[in-house]
Amino acid sequence: MALSVSEPSSGRSSQGRAGARSASLNGWLFTAPALALIGIFLVYPILRSLVLSFYAGKGMMLKPAGFSNIVRLWNDPIFLKALVNTTTFFVVQVPIMIVLALLLAGMLNSDRLRFAGFFRTAIFLPCVASLVAYSVLFKGMFAVDGVVNSTLMAIGLVDQPIGWLTDPFWAKVLVILAITWRWTGYNMIFYLAALQNIDKSIYEAARIDGVPAWARFLHLTVPMLKPVILFTTIISTIGTIQLFDEVYNLTEGRGGPADSTITLSLYIYNLTFRYMPSFGYAATVSYVIVVMVAVLSFLQFYAARDKA
Amino acid sequence: MSLSATTPVTGAPARPFLRHLERAGLYLALSVAAFLSVFPFLWMLVSATNSSGEIIRGKLGLGDQFWINLDNFMTQVDLPLVMWNSAKVAVLSTVLTIAVSSLAGYGFEMFRSKMRERLYSLVLLTLMVPFAALMIPLFMMIGQAGLINTHIAILLPSIASAFIIFYFRQATKAFPTELRDAARVDGLKEWQIFLFIYVPVMRSTYAAAFVIVFMTSWNNYLWPLIVLQSNETKTITLVVSALASAYYPDFGVVMIGTILATLPTLIVFFVMQRQFVAGMLGSVK
Repeated sequence: MALSVSEPSSGRSSQGRAGARSASLNGWLFTAPALALIGIFLVYPILRSLVLSFYAGKGMMLKPAGFSNIVRLWNDPIFLKALVNTTTFFVVQVPIMIVLALLLAGMLNSDRLRFAGFFRTAIFLPCVASLVAYSVLFKGMFAVDGVVNSTLMAIGLVDQPIGWLTDPFWAKVLVILAITWRWTGYNMIFYLAALQNIDKSIYEAARIDGVPAWARFLHLTVPMLKPVILFTTIISTIGTIQLFDEVYNLTEGRGGPADSTITLSLYIYNLTFRYMPSFGYAATVSYVIVVMVAVLSFLQFYAARDKA
Repeated sequence: MSLSATTPVTGAPARPFLRHLERAGLYLALSVAAFLSVFPFLWMLVSATNSSGEIIRGKLGLGDQFWINLDNFMTQVDLPLVMWNSAKVAVLSTVLTIAVSSLAGYGFEMFRSKMRERLYSLVLLTLMVPFAALMIPLFMMIGQAGLINTHIAILLPSIASAFIIFYFRQATKAFPTELRDAARVDGLKEWQIFLFIYVPVMRSTYAAAFVIVFMTSWNNYLWPLIVLQSNETKTITLVVSALASAYYPDFGVVMIGTILATLPTLIVFFVMQRQFVAGMLGSVK
């Protein structure tokens, strides 16, 4: 462990005054429990995972294996599928959700809007549902003869039921619909909070000058919300890369049909707890997620900074 | 744009018809969004009164199967035990998380040192660490400690939360340092200042943190799924998931489960809506 945090004397009491010393001691006393726990349950496991990813074997019988796990990745069709699925989910879902959330926030921010509180609460409500509970609800609603298919057929949008849970394409669509339902209101709340800090008179001026609503949205709202949009895009992307609860509960833990919805997290879970456990290889797959999260966070951060 | 026709005094629009159309579109779009957001909740309540077959066939009306579903649920699930497990884990984890993380947030902000600032950056960096990359070593550690199938296994990794530490450090920036200095002059010790001045003054921050941590903990799924393997320790979230992934799930029973799993968080949400939103927004002040 790199963190010897409970060592009070390591604090820098530069002037050597008694006050500074006691401040330093107190600083460590207040932060030590959290630092110790983070060291043991976060820093140590992430390093252990890295070491594990260079080991191979079944169960606890692990042997050093060099880079063989990384080679195995490129010849593993399920891993490649999980990688493509996970990427598809965040590349398609995050932009849809961010745009929807922005539009809703823009609409809820219109002046003299009646029932604004009601609309806001209603759209925010999905955030209250547990990931498991809503996945299970969606599984029921999107059953072959379920309420969604019968409604779509009743209004004549489709001729025959859509195989939401049995068709590889529509299963992916269902996952995207489900996450969008659960998280759009969450993102919207961030935008609404940011919009409240914006001077309404800018909008009033634009409106009086005859700038139409869509242009006010595109040229006033969106640019002013840029930092918040960046923040929500990063947390949504990180969240979607780690997608597990929804696919597990929509597909009985299989990521089916035919691995069409399997995600990296679900594959790691299956490698560790469903099949004969291969901790080393599963750790390698988990580092693919670590690298993806790190790279995408930095890319998004710098992309936004350059345009500023 | 017919700029000349506007009357800036009242802000009245140039073309009333278009303006009305825009207004109608606004209400229509918001109504559709609100309906789609609330519908699954209503469907859950309605479906709890229907049989599994009716639910799968998309029945939308109220039925008379509620008591039968509840009865079936009660025979399959030890409800008091499951709810007790969930409540115990959620409440303990919330109290411990907030205690440890608020101490740290206060400590990082009030007692600055170069070393601690470096460690704080490290803490923030752990926000990006995906849980999937932790779960294998954590599982091995918990296994070696003989803690599989215990609630301690759920609590330990959840107590120090980088996000809640960050949240409290941000909130502490608004804590008036005059209060602290006055207390020091009065001879209070640092832990007394924290406990008797900081905590009461920051109670709305604590309320918001409570709501957010309780929700996260109540809904926690992947880690409990890994370490809680016996029926005696399972939480409601695990039970709902197990009921729904049966070969032929009884959706009537599943609906009772989802209602029970959702109810506590719905209640917390409606009772503490302001704190709830404040907690979610914590990081963008």
